[in-house]
Amino acid sequence: MDVLTQNFSLYARGFLGTLELTVYASLLALALGFVMAACRVSPVGSLRALGTVWVTVLRNTPLTLLFFAVVLGLPRFGLVLPFQLFAVLALGCYTSAFICEVLRSGINTVPVGQGEAARSLGMSFGQTLGGIVLPQAFRSVIPPIGSTLIALAKNSAIAGAFSVTELLGTYKPLNEMGYGIVWTFVWIAVGYLIITLAISGLFHVLEKRYGAAR
Amino acid sequence: MAVDSLIELRGVNKYYGQSHVLQDIDLTVSRGEVVVVIGPSGSGKSTLCRTVNRLETIESGRILIDGRPLPEEGRGLARLRAEVGMVFQSFNLFAHRTVLANVSLAQIKVRGRKKEDADRRSLRLLDRVGLASQADKLPAQLSGGQQQRVAIARALAMDPKVMLFDEPTSALDPEMINEVLEVMRQLAREGMTMVVVTHEMGFARSAANRVVFMADGRIVEDRTPDDFFTAPESERARDFLSKILKH
Repeated sequence: MDVLTQNFSLYARGFLGTLELTVYASLLALALGFVMAACRVSPVGSLRALGTVWVTVLRNTPLTLLFFAVVLGLPRFGLVLPFQLFAVLALGCYTSAFICEVLRSGINTVPVGQGEAARSLGMSFGQTLGGIVLPQAFRSVIPPIGSTLIALAKNSAIAGAFSVTELLGTYKPLNEMGYGIVWTFVWIAVGYLIITLAISGLFHVLEKRYGAAR
Repeated sequence: MAVDSLIELRGVNKYYGQSHVLQDIDLTVSRGEVVVVIGPSGSGKSTLCRTVNRLETIESGRILIDGRPLPEEGRGLARLRAEVGMVFQSFNLFAHRTVLANVSLAQIKVRGRKKEDADRRSLRLLDRVGLASQADKLPAQLSGGQQQRVAIARALAMDPKVMLFDEPTSALDPEMINEVLEVMRQLAREGMTMVVVTHEMGFARSAANRVVFMADGRIVEDRTPDDFFTAPESERARDFLSKILKH
């Protein structure tokens, strides 16, 4: 208990760091995943190819490697950003590939006839996707999107290795100060649990409210 | 060729892989005409119906709607589809929206009508198909026959020049078929141009100007209902009729 009370501000800073990474990267992943899913089901061949390449590259790259690519690679092209922003970019892009595939599988659960009916009424691709298909797809993708965002929250720990303030990284200074390793990690775990359980709770509510009735 | 042709298909061919599902189809539908397409399953009649608003693409040939060639994918095609109403075998009402919203949605999004105007018009159309009282329900709360009548109202809400019916009664319980056919008969009486793929021979006899009989991807006969039902010319049509009219 001492390790928490005596170093509360250190823990709090780490916790907030992880929370910020999770929230910003989630928003980026959801937005990018949405765009890429739209690309993958679009009638335009080049957009479909873009979506496929995006998913294939990002989903199959180890996240740590992606962090290296972003943190070491982008500055070579003159793009120098704070480390935290790099981390959000890497995490968000990586997770967007998974979100894209979840959304796409949701889109595939909507019967083809729904889209055909919308198109036969003269609705454009965007109107059909946004007004008819996605709202129905949304109901079935709530649980897997929740899981993906929980994975994102935990993956954010990798950012600690790249000089970003986040929860897992707090063990290093605490360790150097001589605190016992077990309790240090117990409180770190509690911090992650607060975030991941909050995400589960949020998606539980969403599912209750919008989920497919059965 | 008739000057007032609304739909014109010239030498249309379509393949699914190896199978040649539409073979050199020529068909003209004039304004105000009701054309019923019949034939055994797998003869290509549904596919034919769906090529007219490009839900199915074709490999060769030409399709003209109101004198203009069917546009490629894009805005032009969306505009054209708004002019061509379509009713599906499986209704395809938007499952997440109310009956009223189903009928109003495309009026608002495609025709740019104000919501109140669209809803007023939707209610009039729903009243016409006898369903104004169901406006606030979800499609799943209606019977099949009611859903199909909503689907007809939804298509009519766009003020289409022509209505395509792709087996509109094939998924219905027998007792509900008539309520849908009655709406279609009324439309035909009012002079709507209609292409109807169906197995309802009674409807073909009473409402059609022409019967098109298809088999194996070809149009085998294209005649008035009286001629077709009393004296089919081809062996294929005689065989088909003998099988379905026996009972």
